[in-house]
Amino acid sequence: MAKLRGRGYASVNYPTGMNLGGDPSQALIHSTTTGTFVVSLSSVDLGQGIKTIAAQCAAETLGLPYGNIIVDTADTDTGPHCMGTFASRGTHRVGNAVIMAAAEAREVMLEVAAEELEVDAADLETDGTGFIQVRGADEKRIHITDLALAAHFEHGRTISGRGIFLKEKNEPVPETGEMDPDSCQAHACTVAVVEVDDETGVVEVLELHNAYEMGRALNPAMAAQQVEGGAWMGMSHALFEATEPYYPARDHGPRDFSEYLMPTAADIPVQRSVILERPAANGPFGAKGIGEMTANAPIPAIGNAIFDACGVRLDSMPFTPEKVLRGLDELRGLDELGDASERAHAPATGHERP
Amino acid sequence: MGSQIVSLVVNDQRREFIARPGTSLLSALRESLGLMAAKRGCGQGTCGTCTVLVDDRPVMSCLVAVETIEGASVRTLEGVARGGELDEVQSAFVDGFATQCGFCTAGMIMSAEALLERDPDPSREDVVEAISGNVCRCTGYASIVAAILDAARRRRDAASSGGDAPAVPAGSEAADGAGVR
Repeated sequence: MAKLRGRGYASVNYPTGMNLGGDPSQALIHSTTTGTFVVSLSSVDLGQGIKTIAAQCAAETLGLPYGNIIVDTADTDTGPHCMGTFASRGTHRVGNAVIMAAAEAREVMLEVAAEELEVDAADLETDGTGFIQVRGADEKRIHITDLALAAHFEHGRTISGRGIFLKEKNEPVPETGEMDPDSCQAHACTVAVVEVDDETGVVEVLELHNAYEMGRALNPAMAAQQVEGGAWMGMSHALFEATEPYYPARDHGPRDFSEYLMPTAADIPVQRSVILERPAANGPFGAKGIGEMTANAPIPAIGNAIFDACGVRLDSMPFTPEKVLRGLDELRGLDELGDASERAHAPATGHERP
Repeated sequence: MGSQIVSLVVNDQRREFIARPGTSLLSALRESLGLMAAKRGCGQGTCGTCTVLVDDRPVMSCLVAVETIEGASVRTLEGVARGGELDEVQSAFVDGFATQCGFCTAGMIMSAEALLERDPDPSREDVVEAISGNVCRCTGYASIVAAILDAARRRRDAASSGGDAPAVPAGSEAADGAGVR
């Protein structure tokens, strides 16, 4: 009886966005009278961070501080339309829509500033701290708060903009099946190191090494968090989570968090993550979506590592101690008989055993 | 038995409110006192999002009938910041990006506060043990464990440099264990 160590890897290509009947999202942006810009969306932030990304895209495009942006995603009845938070599409679709809206608002902002400063709008730049100034002569400048007040009360202008990103519907070519279903693809590879206890069947994940090519990490801290949190979810799917362990029988199905098992802080592996950036031509500042893919590669990587460790090939999740032990029994059974021909009909691995 | 007046010391302030027997501390905090940091996740003591401190001990507030702790001291995340300044645990969570969707964060921080008051110099295993009742679905825990260890370092450093912030609040038993490890 021993603890057997193994290493496995798996790679994933993941599409950003989807096809169906076209895949649009809209954004509207307007300045309040004090120079705060409100980005209106219907894109829901359920913890993935689209509000942060939308604010970053708006601030970067307007040339204003991040703190000048409020993202309002309160109401899908009244907000500009969004297809939804799925298909790893939020950063790409909404980011592009926000950039388009903010670019239009920036144009108005510079027009009004040109009138205020009595210069040509083409000579103006933003300094990133809240001032709009004449390029090369920064004593001639105006703060966005003063500008927004002037726009509203003196010039009768709304500093606002509209944006939409639409991935058009794409029909497959009948002869070949070729089509263009997504906008870009992110790529990743995970290497897992596991230890399999051949007495208990327990699999412990010791290390996860992740490499992600995501176009551009608009917020590197959030991207790294997504990669490592997603890898944890993948590990959780691989080893723990099952609503019906003997599907479709409901026996032993979990009823609450004390029975629906997930890895806790005590089970986490050492993780090392690398982010690679090859900007996507159609992405906001080159970004691709990495929402869902982060839980993908760790699962087959762990499956492969188990195979490397003990020779048991599992292909249904979760890889429970029971399945590992059945697989080991199968392998040992073949060895003990010493005559494989008698059991030539038996599968080489344990997962199909009745 | 009808409703009764319950009195608690919540975040150093005496608060009185009317509660039906069996009202959970969590419901009392959220609905009677307007303190929304503690979250209702599972409602049966398995997720830890409702963690608050009762007489300095971390409890799942969804499981505590409020009339059973009459007069107790209750601390919630709202009471952690001192004079509008984030404390060491909160700062370490922000700097270490130890949060994602945020639903578990209040409970995680309260579990961490209880640990650090008990043991200013916890090991990694101590931290893991302290948050073993707190479920996080986003982060994978590594950043949370690292932030709590970082907070412990910050608090020890603040204490050894004679800063304004005491290493442990007055009345805590944590000082007894200091330096033993």
